[in-house]
Amino acid sequence: MATAAEEEASRPFAGLSDVSISEDIAVEGDISVPVGPSARRDDEFSTLDEPVKETVLRDLRAVGKKFVHVLYPKRSSALLRDWDLWGPLLLCVTLALLLQGGAADSDYQGGPQFAEVFVIVWFGSIIITLNSKLLGGTISFFQSLCVLGYCILPLTAAMAVCRIVLVAGSGAVSFAVRLVVVTASFGWSTFASTAFLADSQPTNRKALVVYPVFLFYFVIGWMVLTFSPSQ
Amino acid sequence: MASPHDLHFQEFEEAAELLSADPGASTLSMSASNPINTAGAAPGEDVKLDLSEDEEGQEESSELLGGQKAAGGFWTFEYYQSFFDVDTVQVLDRVKGSVMPLPGRNFIKHHLRSNPDLYGPFWICVTLVFSVVISGNLSSFLSEMGNPSYHYRPQFHRVTIAAVVIFLYAWLVPVALWGFLSWRQGSERQVGGYTFLETVCVYGYSLFIYIPTSVLWIIPFEWLHWTLILVAMVVSGSVLVLTFWPVVRDDTKVMSVATVVTILVLHTLLAVGCKMYFFHTEVHVPTAAPTSPPLHVTVATRAH
Repeated sequence: MATAAEEEASRPFAGLSDVSISEDIAVEGDISVPVGPSARRDDEFSTLDEPVKETVLRDLRAVGKKFVHVLYPKRSSALLRDWDLWGPLLLCVTLALLLQGGAADSDYQGGPQFAEVFVIVWFGSIIITLNSKLLGGTISFFQSLCVLGYCILPLTAAMAVCRIVLVAGSGAVSFAVRLVVVTASFGWSTFASTAFLADSQPTNRKALVVYPVFLFYFVIGWMVLTFSPSQ
Repeated sequence: MASPHDLHFQEFEEAAELLSADPGASTLSMSASNPINTAGAAPGEDVKLDLSEDEEGQEESSELLGGQKAAGGFWTFEYYQSFFDVDTVQVLDRVKGSVMPLPGRNFIKHHLRSNPDLYGPFWICVTLVFSVVISGNLSSFLSEMGNPSYHYRPQFHRVTIAAVVIFLYAWLVPVALWGFLSWRQGSERQVGGYTFLETVCVYGYSLFIYIPTSVLWIIPFEWLHWTLILVAMVVSGSVLVLTFWPVVRDDTKVMSVATVVTILVLHTLLAVGCKMYFFHTEVHVPTAAPTSPPLHVTVATRAH
């Protein structure tokens, strides 16, 4: 019995005596548990190894998708959910560049400078966003900036059209054409942005939020319409 | 040792029972003792009665207090949200009150009703800036239409100038006026004095009449311009005078008249200054031009 007890006592440690660390158990290797056949869980989130072209294209595709949303404004939340500010920056730079080169007899008395366009677009968007949040809106700061910036797309397109029309001539006909194009795109911009923004406001304050948006696109439309090329 | 412990335990159970019986009942810690004593026939109802009475009492007293409803410190967002606590209908009502001043109605007492907002003053100023600049641009374009050497310019630098002037007027003058009135009133600050926000609010809404006036200034008749300025100044000035006269008339005769006159003079300066700077119609306005439709751009400017 003593030997059996001794054996029992030694049995829990029996396996241990067989262990030799240096041979059986490797202490190197990775601790991550492979989920799929060949992919590690990290691959979905690590974009460090992909080619640059793919990174750029992915962002461009996201921007392009939002452009389509602006052109056909349905009540979708895609624009709001994945906000980004690349599109607004792109549109603002394009608009500011297109507004250059006009009426440059003297810089004084001319059209808006490059920096003025930037200031009006970005500070205007920020002030409208603050206004909407102060009135009790539920939209977040950057989502609102994103929407307002993307909805400048119709006006930028109108600016491009206006410059093309101005190349053809700057008489009364060209002015009438430009007026129609700018008015239509101004209405489109306002309609598109209110389709996204107005939902986030309580009903009795919707007009208070929509009016500054109307004013914002009106001023940008005015800048587009009054662009007069240098002689 | 057992009874106070038991009582404590019992209290908790009773409150929990009440809450499970009626989960919708709001709970107040201070009235927790009452349901325990009356925990007989209808504890849930008692709790509700107690609480609703309490809530109504609280609401009434807060309305009576009136005054500023600023919530939180000035570094929190809610503090500024309390200045934008207006609905569309209220803003429209205040705008209407600013263009139709009736002799009995003090704008602040009648329209603001201790809920001054910053939405109106701010957006009216912004709109006024752009309406003055755009109308000025249009009016100078129209008046120079017959001039072959005229080349249209958007004149965007005027936006900066207009913005600085109008915002300085709409925000600095109320500061100065409020400071002056508070100083003159001295110890009677609570009675009849206006808060800073109310002063800014009145000034902001009183500028509204200039927006349609500036749009109408596009029509290039000089006599029309001066008539419109007169009408606008009368309306806007009377809003201001009706608001500030009751506060000022308790002062000495000289000071009260001087204050009112200063208010009116500053207001006039703004209107006339805007007109002179943004709308200087040239002397050689061609007589046929005002009646021609505005869209005819003369081709002569592009002739080579």
